[in-house]
Amino acid sequence: MIDKAFIGRELAPSTLTLERGRLRFFAQAIGETDPVYSDLDAARAAGYADLPAPPTFLFAAELDSGQSMALLELLQIPLPKLLHGEQGFTYHRPACAGDTITVRPRITDIYDKKGGALEFVVKTAEAHNQRDELVAELRTVIVCRH
Amino acid sequence: MKTLSHAEVGQELPPLTLPAVNRTTLALFAGASGDHNPVHIDIDFARKAGMPDVFAHGMLGMAWMCRLLTQWAPQKQLRKVDARFAGITQVGHVISCRGKVAEIIDFNGERCARIELSTSNQYGQVRIAGEALVALI
Repeated sequence: MIDKAFIGRELAPSTLTLERGRLRFFAQAIGETDPVYSDLDAARAAGYADLPAPPTFLFAAELDSGQSMALLELLQIPLPKLLHGEQGFTYHRPACAGDTITVRPRITDIYDKKGGALEFVVKTAEAHNQRDELVAELRTVIVCRH
Repeated sequence: MKTLSHAEVGQELPPLTLPAVNRTTLALFAGASGDHNPVHIDIDFARKAGMPDVFAHGMLGMAWMCRLLTQWAPQKQLRKVDARFAGITQVGHVISCRGKVAEIIDFNGERCARIELSTSNQYGQVRIAGEALVALI
């Protein structure tokens, strides 16, 4: 069983600098064809300072930093047992190429269902940019299946 | 210039259907998203984990679901999106994303459409259930 003492635990922050090339690669990988996500002129015409990060992109911050894996080690969840249960984003302002985003997560809940066959960990995070403006809030539910 | 101020309850968003999931898509998404979990890209690892094959990242399906939203409204008007991953998306699944205006509500002083969202495969099985708030400005 995952130790419920981790509820409330603040996790190490992750910082990700958004690069045009990475954002274009992400847009291509999801089949995004709107030029706002790949063409600088189109992005600026749409009112963005630079290429905008698509809605789910900031999930990359903790993957790139290794913190997503570090959390699994902390909670002793083996990769083969991991499932992504839920994901949510609340948006406050755009994140664009050139921005440096810092994600600060904490564990907000741990519970189980089906007599412990499924364990759930809820993580919430705030993402701020280099001006310390709130960009987005993230909510993740990871599942360990036994 | 798109205007959404006339969005009505019951209105359906233009649907989005993706090409069948293949291994190239999963490899590219692994690299682009930063999610290198081998269960999505290495069939040997997936089989050791008890799965019949590699399968799609949940976040790939959510990214597609968000494309449905941003092809309807500029991303700047997206206030909130939530996804619950209901089932695994396998290689070969053809995913369709759908959305419908469920209600018009006030959210932090803004008039917003609450959109009920889903992605489903060619067999009609729901893979993601979600909802979003889009400001109607």
